[in-house]
Amino acid sequence: MSKAEILIIDDEPQIRKTLEITLQTNGYLSKSAVSAKEGLIMAANHPPGLILLDLGLPDENGHVVLQKLRQWYTNPVIILSVQKNEEDIIKALDNGANDYLSKPFRTGELLARIRSALRDAVTEDGDTTLNFEDIQVDLAARTVKKNDQLVKLTSTEYNLLSLLIKNEGKVLTHQYLLRAIWGPGYINQSQYLRVFIAQIRKKIEDDPNRPEYLLTESGVGYRFISKA
Amino acid sequence: MNGFLFKKHPKGKQYAFSIAIIIFVSGICFGLSEFLGYRVVALILLFTVSLLAITLDILPVLLAAALSAFIWNFFFIPPRFTIHVYSTEDTILLIMYFVIAMINAVLTYKIRQAEKISRLKEERANSVKLYNTILDSLSHELRTPLAAIIGATDNLQTNHHLTKENKEQLIAEISKASLRLNQQVENLLNISRLESGHIKPKNDWCDMTELVYDVVKRVEENNPGRKIQISINQSMPLCFLDKGMLDQVLYNLLNNAAIHTASDSTIGISVSCHADLLNIMVEDTGGGFNDVDVKHVFDKFSRSKDLKTARSGLGLSIVKGFTEAMSGTVDLEKVNPNGSRFVVSIPVKTSLIKFAEV
Repeated sequence: MSKAEILIIDDEPQIRKTLEITLQTNGYLSKSAVSAKEGLIMAANHPPGLILLDLGLPDENGHVVLQKLRQWYTNPVIILSVQKNEEDIIKALDNGANDYLSKPFRTGELLARIRSALRDAVTEDGDTTLNFEDIQVDLAARTVKKNDQLVKLTSTEYNLLSLLIKNEGKVLTHQYLLRAIWGPGYINQSQYLRVFIAQIRKKIEDDPNRPEYLLTESGVGYRFISKA
Repeated sequence: MNGFLFKKHPKGKQYAFSIAIIIFVSGICFGLSEFLGYRVVALILLFTVSLLAITLDILPVLLAAALSAFIWNFFFIPPRFTIHVYSTEDTILLIMYFVIAMINAVLTYKIRQAEKISRLKEERANSVKLYNTILDSLSHELRTPLAAIIGATDNLQTNHHLTKENKEQLIAEISKASLRLNQQVENLLNISRLESGHIKPKNDWCDMTELVYDVVKRVEENNPGRKIQISINQSMPLCFLDKGMLDQVLYNLLNNAAIHTASDSTIGISVSCHADLLNIMVEDTGGGFNDVDVKHVFDKFSRSKDLKTARSGLGLSIVKGFTEAMSGTVDLEKVNPNGSRFVVSIPVKTSLIKFAEV
């Protein structure tokens, strides 16, 4: 499989330079656009495998760019933002961003997000068992094993965990999870989510207080990752 | 002093108050009018207006002056119960009375204005002083890591005698300095949010165990080698609060403890919740603040003079600002022999969900 081509849309030359070096030395092909206009044209002329989109572009609001892209572009988009504004992040995720990173971010973090976003886009085959180090999930049998021991999960716990696992590496927002698991009437009942996440952690994490699989994205949602 | 308190009352109340006082005093004088000459009554009323001038705004005082002049004329100056004045002397007295009462009101008002202006000047002088402290502290706090970064990159670019080990050390310095800069920017943003005065907590249900472990993990990562002891009840209820704010409060308290104490001293955080009051204690056993520090520790840009470790001194004022924004309190206690203990108390709504409900 050839390496994915990544389009960087960011107006800051320093950030573009750093990203280009990081991507190219890690085996990706990269192209850069300095404005929303240029970025949209480049994406349309030659659709890349993934787009890194800065929210604070000079010529157009990043949210608008994202909406325009999402009318036809189906590959992953990762948002880069200087503000740790949770509402901004949630809005971007609702508008179809696959993930976000707030500047300044660590390189390792960036590469991990890119890897999992690209994996999302590729694997959609018929395999129903998923393996993560000491955890195995059988989606057909609705079972989860930890260290080859069956984990006893209630139906709601299983639904929540399997939804996060199917979206491995991707952040799912509180509202999305509440709507998907409990229904549209429950999107403000965030305490349910807190309780169930804590409960699942007790069952699948080695140390529930220092989770390695089920991570909290403060103010935004939760993310299931495979242990590094 | 009472007068200044009264000044904060709305205009309507002040008018009512001045009318009531004048009528009350006139009433007493009227009752005693057999024993008092009407000229003495004028002095008593004038005295009353002067007292009102000290306490009230100018318009209610002018009203009192006019009203008392009228009352004096109508009820006291012969012929009584008419507005007519017979003798020329009484006419002069009445006019004089009215003018003096007015002058009284206006002068007192002017004195108060002058006081206000000098108070403003003093405040401005203080804020200039604060501004200078901020600049001093900022230029130090931002330039130190910048100097490290510039120095290290120059070396990496131009010095051809660096060993691999040297290079790694320089790169580590750059990384450390940039993280420190980032933390400074974060603190400055928080302070400007607090200074702007209108931050409201955005409350949501928060798992305290998760929050505390998350903050501790970050503090330990940024202060390699430090271990923080956590004591939190496993049956802690969910708390309804602004997680981002509490995060900053705890991070700054713990990071402060990690920076300012010897590396072998213990740092601990304990969290409990009783009757909807969330209590958080951050304790350390080393370094400690002296008595002078304890008073000023929450002031902006205050920095203990004994400490060599340079930090902007913004951390604890952020702690105080955010805690108070959440309607909570924070106190510093000294713990024997030379440790210190910060106690944060925040009133919260709590929730213990039973699984049967969901």
